[in-house]
Amino acid sequence: MKAVCWCAKDTLRVETVADPSILNPRDAILRVTSASICGSDLHLVGGYVPTVQSGDILGHEFMGEIVEVGPAVTNLRPGDRVVVPSFIGCGQCYYCRQQLWSLCDNSNANAWLSEAAMGYAIGGVYGYTHALGGYAGAFAEYVRIPFADVNPLTVPGDGLPDEQLLFISDAFPTGYMGADFCAITPGDVIAVWGAGAVGLFAMKSAKLLGAERVIAIDRLPERLRLAREHFGADEVINYEQQRDVVEALKEMTAGRGPDACIDAVGMEADSPGLDDVYDRALQAVRVQRERVHVVREAIMACRKGGTVVLLGVYIGLPDKLPLGPAMNKGLTLKMAQQHGQRYARRLLEHVQRGDIDPSLVVTHRVSLEDVPHAYTLFKHKDDGCIRVVIRP
Amino acid sequence: MPSPLRAPTGSIGLLTAAQPGPTASGVGRATVPRWVPTVGGAVLVLAGLRRRSGAGAALATAGGALAYVGLTGRVAAPGWVQSRLPARGERGLVVERAVTVLRPPEELYGVWRTLENLPRFMPHLQAVTASGDGRSHWVAAGPAGSTVEWDARIVAEQPNELLRWESLPGARVPHRGEVRFSPAPGERGTEVRVRLEYDRPAGLLGATVAQLVGRGADRQVREGLRRFKRIMETGEIPTNDGQPRGRCR
Repeated sequence: MKAVCWCAKDTLRVETVADPSILNPRDAILRVTSASICGSDLHLVGGYVPTVQSGDILGHEFMGEIVEVGPAVTNLRPGDRVVVPSFIGCGQCYYCRQQLWSLCDNSNANAWLSEAAMGYAIGGVYGYTHALGGYAGAFAEYVRIPFADVNPLTVPGDGLPDEQLLFISDAFPTGYMGADFCAITPGDVIAVWGAGAVGLFAMKSAKLLGAERVIAIDRLPERLRLAREHFGADEVINYEQQRDVVEALKEMTAGRGPDACIDAVGMEADSPGLDDVYDRALQAVRVQRERVHVVREAIMACRKGGTVVLLGVYIGLPDKLPLGPAMNKGLTLKMAQQHGQRYARRLLEHVQRGDIDPSLVVTHRVSLEDVPHAYTLFKHKDDGCIRVVIRP
Repeated sequence: MPSPLRAPTGSIGLLTAAQPGPTASGVGRATVPRWVPTVGGAVLVLAGLRRRSGAGAALATAGGALAYVGLTGRVAAPGWVQSRLPARGERGLVVERAVTVLRPPEELYGVWRTLENLPRFMPHLQAVTASGDGRSHWVAAGPAGSTVEWDARIVAEQPNELLRWESLPGARVPHRGEVRFSPAPGERGTEVRVRLEYDRPAGLLGATVAQLVGRGADRQVREGLRRFKRIMETGEIPTNDGQPRGRCR
């Protein structure tokens, strides 16, 4: 089959590889009908994340049709249409039982690597480094699904097109989880940094969960427009025009500050500030893997006793985090890789009821052959690119 | 229980951060006073630095590693440095590892008590045959494709709580082992604690062998317990062996 492989930093190639096969009794094989390039894939391609190996197949946001199931999978059959959460859970460990699926004790096939880096191993994920399981990803014609009896969400075969359902795999539950972490109560104002797919879904989710007002922060006019028109943002801040985001948020909330701040940007944040120069310098000499401007700003902007949520990916030990302000202001910090299985059914219902149209984030559609080019487009946000859907 | 004479991959090289090796509190405890390697190492460093040559640099490096052992009790040195540190007194090498499994103690005990099951999760074991009178015959993978065999007997058993065994005379590396099962708090399943004790082999060669065994055993028990948990909780061991990947040529 054809698959998109990471060959080196900034080098993706479409290769012909072997078809996947059932390796464990609870496995299934999926024919991929749609997949999407996630912002976190950019960190991999850019060489910011360790334990990627030449030849790894990328891709963790996808859906498709079951073509084969292992002997222990009795609730799926060939022909079923499913959306697959990016993080793999076993469904039976302490963490999966607690609905903390991305923290699964058992799904990471290279647990010792993750353990060495973090103290404890988190769950496995498709196409996202060997420390996180080393599983072949979904930018391919077929992909193997471990623990297929508990992970995929079965969706109706007709009716909704792939583009409405695809993001239930990763971006939509990530955003929804962020809003859920805010424990929204009446009157709450939620500020969301980043109006990419995850940020847009976080904004809309905050509204679905009862937020009074949502404020979107980004620099791209087309994304801020989408946030305002379709994803529930009441106000927007373009940080290239309003450089003091903290002051702007204070003004908008009459001096209180947002009740919760969501970082939907992560480790490759852009900012016009001096701290960006500092972070880039540390990154260039590989002292630090991330640029953490958004975390700093969110902590400073958040109201006393408020909640700061990290959805953007961080992997290392960044410098100059305002821990003092966070402590003294009594903030709650919440963060996680997404627990998609916990929200998938609820999100499907929202889509079916028409509460949200996730397909609005899709700006480009490509075949597998065009993925390397599409990465460049996505990375530089050229041509108004927000999300690329791959149709193998 | 396991007598893993197979040299584990990479065990002879430098320890890496990714695969934490034995420490002073785990395998291979040193009995020499700490100041011995510390001062000795410092002397070597100075001597090496004064030579200003390749050999001098090597000497200084070795001295630094030795001093590190002395200062921290943590062995971050090549195996040959570590193997020259004698093991403690009568006790020999001790490996202790624990895991929490979200299954009831009786289920876990039952699987463990059927010794034939052990090779399913202890990767270095090839076969265990129980003969019914508490005795058993063990076959493990040895170095370079060989096998190592020995006999053992169960010396204590408390159903659902404890199993203790020891090798019978004639085993190449005499050892004792025990596994304990106790309820974890708050319905978190069962705590499974394994302790292995290997007799101290005689001589320099013996110490080197013990080093390999000790370090290998620590890693094998850790990964073995992980596999045990995975089988008991999920029914299988997650893998990515045999999946497709690109060649990038």
